[in-house]
Amino acid sequence: MSVAKPRGATNTALGLNAFVVYLFFYAPILLLVLFSFSDDNIVGRWGGFTLDWYRDFGENDEVQSALSVSVRVAIISTLISVVLGTMAALALERFRFRGERVFDALLYLPVIIPDVTMAVMMLIFFTSLDDLIGLQVTKGFSTITLSHVAFSISFVSIVVRARLAGMNQTLEEAAQDLYATRWQAFRHVTFPQIMPGIAGGALLALTLSLDDVVITQFVAGPGSTTLPVYVFGLIRRGVTPLINAVSVVMLGASITLVLLSLLAQRARGGSDPVA
Amino acid sequence: MTALATPEFEAANEKQKRRRGLLLALPSYLYLIVFFAFPLLIVVLYSFATRNRFGGTDLSGWNLDSYARLGEPIVRTILFRSLGLAILTTLICLLLAYPFAYFLATRGSTIRNVMLVFVMIPFWSNFLVRNYAWRVLLGNDGPFSQLTEFLGFGETRVLFTPTAVVIGLVYGFLPFMILPLYAAIERIDGRVLEASRDLYANGWQTFRHVLWPLSRSGVIAGSILVFVPSLGAYVTPEILGGAKTTLLGSYIVSQFLEARNWPAGAAVSFVLMTVMLGATLVYFRSGGRNL
Repeated sequence: MSVAKPRGATNTALGLNAFVVYLFFYAPILLLVLFSFSDDNIVGRWGGFTLDWYRDFGENDEVQSALSVSVRVAIISTLISVVLGTMAALALERFRFRGERVFDALLYLPVIIPDVTMAVMMLIFFTSLDDLIGLQVTKGFSTITLSHVAFSISFVSIVVRARLAGMNQTLEEAAQDLYATRWQAFRHVTFPQIMPGIAGGALLALTLSLDDVVITQFVAGPGSTTLPVYVFGLIRRGVTPLINAVSVVMLGASITLVLLSLLAQRARGGSDPVA
Repeated sequence: MTALATPEFEAANEKQKRRRGLLLALPSYLYLIVFFAFPLLIVVLYSFATRNRFGGTDLSGWNLDSYARLGEPIVRTILFRSLGLAILTTLICLLLAYPFAYFLATRGSTIRNVMLVFVMIPFWSNFLVRNYAWRVLLGNDGPFSQLTEFLGFGETRVLFTPTAVVIGLVYGFLPFMILPLYAAIERIDGRVLEASRDLYANGWQTFRHVLWPLSRSGVIAGSILVFVPSLGAYVTPEILGGAKTTLLGSYIVSQFLEARNWPAGAAVSFVLMTVMLGATLVYFRSGGRNL
């Protein structure tokens, strides 16, 4: 602790502000959870406890099919981007090669670029493939997955690179001095050490994929859309208790992922949760 | 490795290392060229193209018409409205986050870590759901209105106004302000603040002349991290804003999905991207690293 604790009234005022900030963060979420159990057709009014909306969630075919697309897209795009992103991180942190700086810049761009711009890019790209090389692309599962990989690779590689940069290289060198092949050194020395970084990157990729609305909306096709895009469409038509229940399920999934990623970071050496 | 280091061996080893590096990078390199760099290039091309009568786009007769449209009153209004709301969001975030980050930085490590986790949870929670929560909260006759009525302020109709959009944006991006500010304040040497007080500076003077300048990198980083996504926001204004609060994001989307004027949409998104890239360069110059 470097800065001394303020005294008296200042400290009280600061504490009050912190309380307001937490209230602001959590009141809406908690109320949403509460109202998802409310037996009233009007959202935001308490009409006694019920689980009906969750039953609706389970029985609604459109919701279920969107959920299944979401989960499949998230898993496949995470697997691909974890492999590609980790390889990219290793290349940038451990090797020098031609075109390295261009690659580094290209890898950062998807993180910086606004959602809307990226959405527009993917829409025009998939549409113009037909004009350019005569490839008819049906928008849907595959275009969504390809787009999600395009932004997830960068996030995974940033997390894994941070881990690699903070890692002591002498162990890898020692392994090679002891006649381990490059693969053996990677498999038994480097990989176990960067595992928390890979896990963190994977959870980040999963979260981003499950969260995305804007890009997916542009590359989704009729009949094949993800849960957030489907819910977004519903919200624009008006609020319903069903959306409350779906929202709480989505919230539960993302909070589980956060807690998992915090645990992964803990394994990384108990550093600040900020990095 | 070092034991065998003859010049020839090193040169061969170096060459092999370069090849291995490129091989490792190649899959993602190619992926990003095909599915990112190339689409980006097409957007730039489209922004100079012309919309034809059928809502398609003619890729001949390049012109600057789409950029000229940025000066039209309708687009200009949307542009200034987006800028205004993004600036307001950034200021409110700064006002809430600065004292919060200072409070956080002056706690013991256990309390600090717990507090940080509770900042991270909303930060990572589903963005759409967080906006939807405000839609429920602010709705006509909703909990917020009931509360103000109960307190004697009468019914409030905040939903579908710019106020609701700003609330939603602040809610969405406040953690982006808190985290870099906390990181900057936490690094400050507390003795400098004590020295200032010892030299008879009052609280305000210490803040103004010592704390604030020393935490400037955090202020710049946090402001950019809030301003940039606010400017390009699409989901929040769609859910919480009304028809009269169209912002840049919604304008771009409508040019693609409704007006079918792709060149115009491409031009606006290209301008938006350039602003973000510029801001990011400032961010890196200010010493920020964690994105």
